[in-house]
Amino acid sequence: MTVVGEKQSAITGIGQSAVGRRLGRDPVELTVDACLKAIEDAGLTRDDIDGLSTYPGGSVPGAPGFTGAGITDVHEALRLKLDWFCGGMELPGQLGAVVNACAAVATGLATHVLCFRTVWESTAQGGGPRKGIGVSGGGKFRASGSTMEYTLPFGAASAAVWIAMYAMRHFHEYGTTREQLAYIALNGRANAALNPNAVYRDPMTMDDYMAARMISYPFCLFDCDAPVDGSTAIIVSRADAAADTRKTPLRVEAVGTALHGRPSWDQFDDLTTMALRDAGAMIWKRTDLKPKDVDVAELYDGFSFIALAWLEALGFCKTGEGGEFIEGGQRIALDGEIPLNTHGGQLSGGRLHGFGMLHEACVQLWGEGGARQVDSPKVAVAAAGGGPLGGCMLLSNES
Amino acid sequence: MAEKPFRILPAVTPENEHFWCGGKRGELCFQRCNDCATYVHPPAPVCPKCLGRELEPEAVSGRAHVATYTINHHPWIPGFDPPYVVAIVEIEEQPSLRLMTNIVDCEPDEVSIGMPVEVVFEDAGEDDIFLPLFRPYEDTAA
Repeated sequence: MTVVGEKQSAITGIGQSAVGRRLGRDPVELTVDACLKAIEDAGLTRDDIDGLSTYPGGSVPGAPGFTGAGITDVHEALRLKLDWFCGGMELPGQLGAVVNACAAVATGLATHVLCFRTVWESTAQGGGPRKGIGVSGGGKFRASGSTMEYTLPFGAASAAVWIAMYAMRHFHEYGTTREQLAYIALNGRANAALNPNAVYRDPMTMDDYMAARMISYPFCLFDCDAPVDGSTAIIVSRADAAADTRKTPLRVEAVGTALHGRPSWDQFDDLTTMALRDAGAMIWKRTDLKPKDVDVAELYDGFSFIALAWLEALGFCKTGEGGEFIEGGQRIALDGEIPLNTHGGQLSGGRLHGFGMLHEACVQLWGEGGARQVDSPKVAVAAAGGGPLGGCMLLSNES
Repeated sequence: MAEKPFRILPAVTPENEHFWCGGKRGELCFQRCNDCATYVHPPAPVCPKCLGRELEPEAVSGRAHVATYTINHHPWIPGFDPPYVVAIVEIEEQPSLRLMTNIVDCEPDEVSIGMPVEVVFEDAGEDDIFLPLFRPYEDTAA
């Protein structure tokens, strides 16, 4: 198959707002911070932006702070003149919004698309123990919809509970252990110490991990990412127009967007993997590059196990061998064979919900990582999503 | 889960009534395709295997095994106190026929993957809802 689509697109600029716990700032204002930085980073002006794309759009009832700004908010705030725009959440993961932008520029619907994702869950959820998704205060509230109807009545009110069951099945079939899974968290924390924008930077030891409060076995507190406030913006440009921007365009070499299994948190055919299995397999059908060509991997760790599952799905190790692969942490360290979540991931960097992964892949390919910079990477993969969500992108800084 | 927890109940509809209310008669019911006999869950307007359009509720044995589980320790829902076991069980009649549920009538650390379980219904006290929970089952035939 000759693939042309996404190869006609490139990432030309990135921007991020302040990121932190309970910033108490207006989420649209955070979004504007990120968007203006990205436009400037690309060497473009507001008038150059003719496309706008976001995940999950302007409103998600029952999930406070899950979205901080929609298409209309940014369109209005920046008074953009848009030829194409798209916002929604029925996509192959959070990065589906960026893949949409690649498709839009490749088909000539737009030239420079501003993509963004804003969260303010930390402020919106307030203090106290975290409540479940969709848990309302009202006595007559009824769970409906294919996910909530069949999970909430059984107290399964968080993706932590749903994904923990995938981890348990992986443990059962392949002998994976908590001591192995810990290295996703420990690696993230070690890298976060080198990232001034990460939210948790204090050292973490295996003893700290094993002593942490249990959330849903086998996940302890440090297996679950931390809600934060923050916005991330990415500019996707048509390849020929990218030549006029300020920085070396990062070519989009391939994307993975497939979902062949059931679109469900609990009805997927293989309970040791998730939708990301199909997205991970697809990406290698759209490029001549191989997993061994990848220099840095930013793989979604909303829960630690998801990053392990992405490592397997993307072929960095064989199915079932993820636990052994990460054990000890050397292979995934900054100087290892595949540096993983170089900014700290979402576990220690903060839950920027997928867009933070792509942002860091770009930081690394542009050599802007400072103390956490990997040595001269040429190819990076960014992946986002767990459960029925899964999408990934392969980027290169070589023309 | 010695005491009945506070449960957020499902919205009962004509499509799902057989599943949520079948327990009133002591029956665990799923949709089944009239053409190819495939069980379907959650309820759907079409058979996912043969695309048949005639599906009707049918009771199954209520026996299953634990496909996977987790012991939840976090208080997500006020009144639903941890620890409790959330599991995905596979119904004996058809391996792909799964549902999320709680494992009850045993200690959380007694649950294991592959463990035989049988349905036990909890009367929600509203809307004729009887929640299908599962408890360990002595598989004497095995």
